Amino acid sequence: MSFPLLTVTAAVPAAGAVVTAAVPAARRTAAKWLALAFALATLALAGVQLARFDPDSGKPFQLTESHAWIKDFGVRYDLGVDGIAVVLIALTALLIPFVMLAGWHDADPLEGPAPNRRWRPTQGFFALILMVEAMVVISFEATDVFLFYIFFEAMLIPMYFLIGGFGDRAGGRSEEEAAAQRSYAAVKFLLYNLAGGLIMMAAVIGLYAVTAHQLGTGTFSLQEIVQARADGRLHFATVTERALFLGFFFAFAVKAPLWPLHTWLPGAMGEATAPVAVLITAVVDKVGTFAMLRFCLQLFPEASKWATPVIIVLSLIGILYGALLAVGQRDIKRLIAYASISHFGFIILGIFAMTTQGQGGATLYMVNHGISTAALMLVAGFLISRRGSRLIGDYGGVQKVAPVLAGTFLVGGLATLSLPGLAPFVSEFLVLVGTFSRYPAVGIVATLGIVLAALYVLVLYQRTMTGPVRESVRGMPDLRVRELVVVGPLIALLIFLGVYPRPLTQIIDPAVGRTMSQVHKTDPKPDVPTAPTNDVEAAK
Amino acid sequence: MSHAAFVHSLWTMSADPPKKIPAPHIEYAQLSPTLIVLGAAVLGILVEAFLPRRLRHPVQLLLSAVGLVAGFAAVIALAAGGYGTGKAHIAAMGAVAVDGPALFLQGTILLVSLIAVFTFAERRLDPAAHGKRVDSFAAQGSAVPGGAAEQAAVKAGFTTTEVFPVALFAVAGMLVFPAANDLLTLFIALEVFSLPLYVLCGLARRQRLLSQESAVKYFLLGAFSSAFLLFGVALLYGYAGTVTYAGIADVVNGTVRTVDPALASTTGNDALLLIGGALVLMGLLFKVGAVPFHMWTPDVYQGAPTPVTGFMAAATKVAAFGALLRLLYVVLPGLRWDWRPVMWGVAIVTMLVGAIVAVTQTDVKRLLAYSSIAHAGFILAGVIAVSPDGVSSVLFYLAAYSFVTLGAFAVVTLVRDAGGEATHLSKWAGLGRRSPLVAAVFAVFLLAFAGIPLTSGFTGKFAVFKAAAQGGATPLVIVGVLSSAIAAFFYIRVIVLMFFSEPKADGPTVAVPSALTSTAIAVGVAVTLVLGVAPQYFLDLAGQAGVFVR
Repeated sequence: MSFPLLTVTAAVPAAGAVVTAAVPAARRTAAKWLALAFALATLALAGVQLARFDPDSGKPFQLTESHAWIKDFGVRYDLGVDGIAVVLIALTALLIPFVMLAGWHDADPLEGPAPNRRWRPTQGFFALILMVEAMVVISFEATDVFLFYIFFEAMLIPMYFLIGGFGDRAGGRSEEEAAAQRSYAAVKFLLYNLAGGLIMMAAVIGLYAVTAHQLGTGTFSLQEIVQARADGRLHFATVTERALFLGFFFAFAVKAPLWPLHTWLPGAMGEATAPVAVLITAVVDKVGTFAMLRFCLQLFPEASKWATPVIIVLSLIGILYGALLAVGQRDIKRLIAYASISHFGFIILGIFAMTTQGQGGATLYMVNHGISTAALMLVAGFLISRRGSRLIGDYGGVQKVAPVLAGTFLVGGLATLSLPGLAPFVSEFLVLVGTFSRYPAVGIVATLGIVLAALYVLVLYQRTMTGPVRESVRGMPDLRVRELVVVGPLIALLIFLGVYPRPLTQIIDPAVGRTMSQVHKTDPKPDVPTAPTNDVEAAK
Repeated sequence: MSHAAFVHSLWTMSADPPKKIPAPHIEYAQLSPTLIVLGAAVLGILVEAFLPRRLRHPVQLLLSAVGLVAGFAAVIALAAGGYGTGKAHIAAMGAVAVDGPALFLQGTILLVSLIAVFTFAERRLDPAAHGKRVDSFAAQGSAVPGGAAEQAAVKAGFTTTEVFPVALFAVAGMLVFPAANDLLTLFIALEVFSLPLYVLCGLARRQRLLSQESAVKYFLLGAFSSAFLLFGVALLYGYAGTVTYAGIADVVNGTVRTVDPALASTTGNDALLLIGGALVLMGLLFKVGAVPFHMWTPDVYQGAPTPVTGFMAAATKVAAFGALLRLLYVVLPGLRWDWRPVMWGVAIVTMLVGAIVAVTQTDVKRLLAYSSIAHAGFILAGVIAVSPDGVSSVLFYLAAYSFVTLGAFAVVTLVRDAGGEATHLSKWAGLGRRSPLVAAVFAVFLLAFAGIPLTSGFTGKFAVFKAAAQGGATPLVIVGVLSSAIAAFFYIRVIVLMFFSEPKADGPTVAVPSALTSTAIAVGVAVTLVLGVAPQYFLDLAGQAGVFVR
């Protein structure tokens, strides 16, 4: 038996969570370093995955592992990665150490006597992050629908505690008020996602019932179902397929989030600390868009095509709505949240444009959005931690006081507005090209999102960083070493992938091509208007 | 010859030579689980009568534990002997079935009761009364609350050790209930386990009036439901001319050969069958706490001593669902086109009412009561499937659910303030700050109730919904999923309260339990996680046990 690389990649952070949680209350710092070590070990394993992954092998999944798990439900412990998954795992493993470093002091206990000698918020914070990482990684790896579902759903619990249990300590509100708003945001997050998940559970059961009825034994194996459909052994009635598709899609659309199911995101990102907000939008939400590609399109190709027009319209609305609301925000973190909603619109648009460029671009977008949002949000978090206010109006002239902070904030912002030369440009361009070749009108309208992005990013920068130095900002320290260590590599990566995205596209493209072929879609032929010929005259 | 002797000789001589009554053939070995528990209960009564007061508590605890463990061992031995599968048959002259579902449920009931007895015996939670450690039960059940007799009893340090034999009698009744194979045995088993429960409900040490009120309510409504059941039994006898399950099923299916001439006019009368069947079902649905027969649940759960509530919520539900399954699958399968629509309605209403009303609750015990109603609805969805899958999914769900319930109620006993257990939800605010471990354990149970993956609740829910979907009950699955979402809301609310609210200054303290309650809670957590992560073995077990003997 070969080395179970995929299992180990998920098991290392899970073990890390347990170990970190068990560190005694007084050894806070040790717990932090321990957690970071586990996160780095996971990153190394993700690197090994990337190295051992062969983009051109032609196999749908690589590094596969397969064990029986719950026979009665036809559930197998099946893992495997394709190009899309391996890249997203790498993204996750890459971001977690930065998230930890950025949140190094976020969970330090408040001054004063501890309520209990066993009260260990710091250990809990880092253990929960590792727990989320483990669950996200295994959801990217699972090729069994049920296995995926379990972790897709279970990941809500640690996320919920991260949002509700740790937050910014200020913002001009009393401590009780802040706690109340935080737990409201956490509950909203959980209820939205749980509702989505439970509806998906109905669809998962339905999938079992259909496969059990037609194949004799129920199965959740993605490959087996796709194979059986190709052989004609399995046939979904149109209504069944659409109902199942909607059940799955609803859960993913809540998670992603797609307009109009997005309303939990601004609250959750606003109330959570900046690193947790990054965890939500850059890591956890990617599972939603990833699952659309892997499960919705591959399991239910016909229904996906049926639903495409509506989804395209919704994602278009999301792009514009998110951008417009971002323009109007007074709260830095909520602004970034609305910008993310706009970007998720682009990702979903790219997926459902059903072109190679669109889907490849969408996958690349997932990675780039993760990195760029992480950079922007974490710098914003550093800014907020200095003055304790999330309101844009409380800042001004920061670039004179803390030039490095302002500079990195600008780069993160420019990445968010997809400036050419930075990574998100490539993906946004691909998505737009892919969309345009099938739905020109949609492509044109979506471009408006970029214009609005320039507006909200630049206005944000102008109002916080330029202008006369505000009294509240005077004496603000610039980025510390720890903070530089967080931001520097992210910015370097943004620039590198902006100039040379080939290492990623090389891995992603074959997987996207395979997905496309399973949906039975081919790229539209380039349609170049031809010059008028003499045909008309010839006909005379 | 005296006058008396003369009459006597007349009487003896005029009588026919005595007919030999055939001795009933009883398979004692196969009934051993019940007999062992009954024997332990009788011994317990003797202990109560003859041992000095200070010895009673340890001896009773030991006796109950040994009795239940021996009973469980007997169940295992029977199952290992193949009585659950190949050798399944009907014992005791047709009165009791020894088959897979019966043994599975008996095993579950015995284990659950064993854990429950541990929580009964806990004596470290309540502050010592006059230097003596006391448990959750009244010093003297018969004393008027607040009266002089009660004060004297408290002062003397009395404890109600008779709860142990009483509980064992209830367990014995519960063991027979799902195995009963004729309607009279069913009724007797029902009474044997109900009467002790009525008594146990009224024995709380704290808040005695509430406790006695709950006992009266439970008794009155329980008596009504027993009467309905008995009336139904009578009508079914009129319909079939027999009370054995197989006999009634034969008449329902029209395969009966001989008809008792005395009953010829009523045999096969469908009105009797439908009304009688409905009445018997009502009696059983009352015990499982399905809407609209659920009214007693919140009051009784709240008023009863918490260890008893846990025992009742877990074991009664197992026994009652077992009996319901046997009735629907063995007696009335021929009638399923009649009862399925009704049970659909009951299941849907039960899920929705349980979930929706729970949202407004402010007391932990009432909250868990409504949650148990919602769960009864989920289980009914599996019952309705009418397939071996349905049976095994219900069996699995019952096993999973009962341990979660027991554990949850055991945690409730730990959170206390000056007035005893602090069950009002507002007092649980900030519990996660003060005692992270207890709050985390309770959160695990709540997540299992909510059906979050990797807990037993999820596996169970998935199993019953899967069976329902395969049985063609897709709307039930959808309603089930929706009410799960509603239910998740209030479970989550408690978690929010525990972890994200500021602790109140005069909040409750968490008592440090002895090894007894700790064991109960630890077993609850372990079973919850094992059945969530690696359920295959137990699903197999339930799958093998999924066939009723007829």
